[in-house]
Amino acid sequence: MTSHSRITRRSILKAGAAGAVLGVPGLSLAQAKSIKVGLLHPVSGALAYSGGQSRLGGMLAIDEINASGGIKSMGGAKLEALLGDSQSRPEVGVSEVERMQQEGVAAYVGCFASGIALPATQAAAKYNTPFLIDVGVSDALVSRGLKNVFRLAPGNGKCVDDAFAGLAEVNKTAGGLAKTAVIVHEDSEFGTSTAKLLSAKLSGIGLEVKEVLKHATPTRDFTNLVLRIKAIKPDIVIMSNYQNEYVLIARTIYQQKVDLAGMFSVLGGGFNYKLVKEQPEVAQYMMDFNHWYNPKNPKALDMRKRVEAKDNLFTFEVYCTYNSVKLFADALENAKSADKEKVIAALEVSTWADHFMPYGPTKFVNGQNQGGRAALLQASRTDIDVVWPNEFAAVKPVFPRPKFS
Amino acid sequence: MNSQLQPVPWKLHLAVLAAALAFPFVFPSNFAVNFGVLALFYAFIGQSWNMAGGFAGQLSFGHVAFFGAGAYASTILQLRFGMSPWAGLPAAALAGALVGGVIAVLSFRAGLRGSYFALITLAFAEVLRIIANSTDLTGGGLGMLIPMKAGAANFQFAERSGFYYLILLLTLLSVALAEWLRRSRFGARLAAIRENEESAMALGINVFAEKVRVMLLSGALCGVGGCFFAQYFLYIDPTIVFGVDKSVEMLLVSIIGGAGTVYGPLIGAVLLALASEGTRAITQVQGLSLVLYGALLVLIIAYLPNGLIDLFKRRPQPRKETR
Amino acid sequence: MDPTILAAAAINGLLLGGMYTLVASGLTLIYGVLHIINFAHGSMLMLAMFGVFYLLTKFGIDPYLSMLVMVPAMYGLGYAIYKGVIGRLSSGRDENILLITLGLSILIENIALMLFKGDSRTISVSYSDTMIELGPTLVPLPKLISFAVAMLLCAALALFIQRTDTGRAIRAVAKERVGARLVGIDVDRIFAISYGIGLATLGAAACLLMPIFYVSPTIGHVFVLVAFTVVVLGGMGSFLGAVVGGMIVGLTESFGGLFLGESLGQIGISLIFILILLLRPSGLFGARR
Repeated sequence: MTSHSRITRRSILKAGAAGAVLGVPGLSLAQAKSIKVGLLHPVSGALAYSGGQSRLGGMLAIDEINASGGIKSMGGAKLEALLGDSQSRPEVGVSEVERMQQEGVAAYVGCFASGIALPATQAAAKYNTPFLIDVGVSDALVSRGLKNVFRLAPGNGKCVDDAFAGLAEVNKTAGGLAKTAVIVHEDSEFGTSTAKLLSAKLSGIGLEVKEVLKHATPTRDFTNLVLRIKAIKPDIVIMSNYQNEYVLIARTIYQQKVDLAGMFSVLGGGFNYKLVKEQPEVAQYMMDFNHWYNPKNPKALDMRKRVEAKDNLFTFEVYCTYNSVKLFADALENAKSADKEKVIAALEVSTWADHFMPYGPTKFVNGQNQGGRAALLQASRTDIDVVWPNEFAAVKPVFPRPKFS
Repeated sequence: MNSQLQPVPWKLHLAVLAAALAFPFVFPSNFAVNFGVLALFYAFIGQSWNMAGGFAGQLSFGHVAFFGAGAYASTILQLRFGMSPWAGLPAAALAGALVGGVIAVLSFRAGLRGSYFALITLAFAEVLRIIANSTDLTGGGLGMLIPMKAGAANFQFAERSGFYYLILLLTLLSVALAEWLRRSRFGARLAAIRENEESAMALGINVFAEKVRVMLLSGALCGVGGCFFAQYFLYIDPTIVFGVDKSVEMLLVSIIGGAGTVYGPLIGAVLLALASEGTRAITQVQGLSLVLYGALLVLIIAYLPNGLIDLFKRRPQPRKETR
Repeated sequence: MDPTILAAAAINGLLLGGMYTLVASGLTLIYGVLHIINFAHGSMLMLAMFGVFYLLTKFGIDPYLSMLVMVPAMYGLGYAIYKGVIGRLSSGRDENILLITLGLSILIENIALMLFKGDSRTISVSYSDTMIELGPTLVPLPKLISFAVAMLLCAALALFIQRTDTGRAIRAVAKERVGARLVGIDVDRIFAISYGIGLATLGAAACLLMPIFYVSPTIGHVFVLVAFTVVVLGGMGSFLGAVVGGMIVGLTESFGGLFLGESLGQIGISLIFILILLLRPSGLFGARR
């Protein structure tokens, strides 16, 4: 009767709407030869800033490649960005992978966060679509035997190894004055895994770990934690956490006048130009092992200028994604095709060196670029400098840092 | 609430079932099937919330506690004790029911209702999250990664449609339970409790026992949802499975669709999944998609206060005598 | 354990509590009067904090001075939001109001994301890092100031509620909505006023928190749960409760962090919440329902 047909009509309308969203392939019935690159980042939600910066880097790369003639070995084919928002949630990341797959994506670049990258790369593996990890450092990303996953930047293990080498050298140059350390880390996957790696090996370079302090993300106050550090009186503190907590701890240490030979972080979330700009006194002398560009490379400096001219910060998310996209473009050039198998094969033997990272030519083993490495950075009141490794350093590290008293 | 709706006709049940079964054939792309899985998943856990929150009127903000308990129970048994992941389903149901029972007994003994009950469930979920973050059994902050080993025996279907039909089965089960709840005396007692606890007590209903019972049921179902989630995404951590987001989704889906109705959570889940997918397509500007989503929520609540099920209400008829 | 460390933790806990009291005072009024769980509270705080941030960075107005702007502005915003959105759209049902405030919070957070981008901002004023010696420990001046203002604010609000006509009307509506209407009180207007005052306190809170903290579109989440705990512990609608509740929660967090670490220690707040609800749901000073 009337009520029934009312329901039926509505159901059909709903089904139609569903079909429109689900069934129709992407409307980019493009110029024959545009290659779709899926940029999948958390541009909303808790990680929105990093997601936005990553996307910026990816877009800059795509625009640059297109402006200089596209993929030459494919007749000047242009790259086309497919933008995806994982909303800082893994299940949304997976949905976006599927959506982009539907729209004919040739490769994914993402996801900033390892927790999102893990299921997203698995979803992409079904289609054998190349997935270029821009920032996620979890080593699980490249140890699942997935042939489609490639990471240009170093993973957790490598960053920590670099941290040791750097710490050892900086300490040695200063006469081995640092003997004790306190590790501070946030309590989710990132901080916990980094801290685990660190505490296992620090004794190997003559540093005794007096305590490991973990904290939640978010945490509103660190006074107690800092007072604990003050009571332990370590020579150095090593942190692994996200931006907000990083800054709060750094500020509290500064305010409580805790004397340390050095404040280090590994993949420090808050160590960037913004900290220097907003809190120069706090930032001064802090050191971080992180993804960084080669400061001696003019292309990097040029890009920094361009990015800053548009009122953006030149953070590592920007150039890690930028270079990941360019890596893909290089593979396209070598493969002379966007065919997935061919691109993966090209990546496997890639020797790309036109990034401005301190990596040397690429060499992938099980998807991990062997040359990927972290650099040791130190902040001054006005800027951030690379202080190690020496071949990229412009400035010598200040270690020990001056006391507060 | 929505107890005035006429029962759903059999023909409609069949039509919906047929549509759901045919879905992966009509829309075979992985994108569509994944969408279907997620929509049904939220329908399922939404329905689990609906039993306690809709039918019994006990609004909970912490249902994710049962969800996470189920997810961790099945994953721990699988990874630490080598049990088959399929055994995880009953284990998850048990874990969810256990947590549900404990929370119910404590809260209802203390006479908590309404927003007090809502808040305490929130706190319990948070406690579980922190504990999961601090113990080695659960992997702490590192979470638990289930190794990829495709195969039905491993509860990791090679084709997404495998997951689809499983979650469809679970959802049908939950719909059947909801339908049973609507017709049974148990359900009638719950409805009485929902409308007015004092009157229900005066009628001789053991309010405490009934509320605990529905929480056991609701918790068990929700726990099963957690197990499914773990197997579908293969990675869980305290924030993902004990975070407040899922609690909110569960109640949102039910209330938007129509709390206390059999199909409310399904309608809500499909709509919210469509809304989420649809708004996310507009991703050029950071955050715009969620602005649209939030606006949509506000508008739906404003203009359909009983949920979308209002759209399906028949014109008012003189009520027939019920059985 | 070293007594100086304990003393330092206690002082820190009290100061922390002051921060929580600030955020909770508006919430307890809103809950006490309107009986709504205001999910949007956190995102309103975020808006206010952005307001303070831009007043400083664009116009050079000191955060404490900008209270003169922020408090009335937030009051106006609250009044408008109640009249325009909550009051009009929620048809009075509890879970609907809840969902409307939830939808609002998603809306506001993401509008902020669109306008301000996702990064966290901090400010630095001349007194940001000035430290005062308080017994065994050094305390940042802004924290002391925020504590003092929190106490004053609650005292002022309590006086307002007790002594003024509007305050009396508010108490009437909180106690007995229908009866209040019957004696001629414009209940809807009282709701709007209460919501406005609730947000006005957030304006003050924002001014006091910015020198200590940071702001980002998602900062609301950081405070919401704690604020609810304080409100429930102290008793809905009681400003004395907000003060005492704030202190207790702050102390619990501080000692919890000291003995269990800053990760597991967070459990203290949720446990207090649960205990209070199980043993005395009306809170320490709330009216028994």
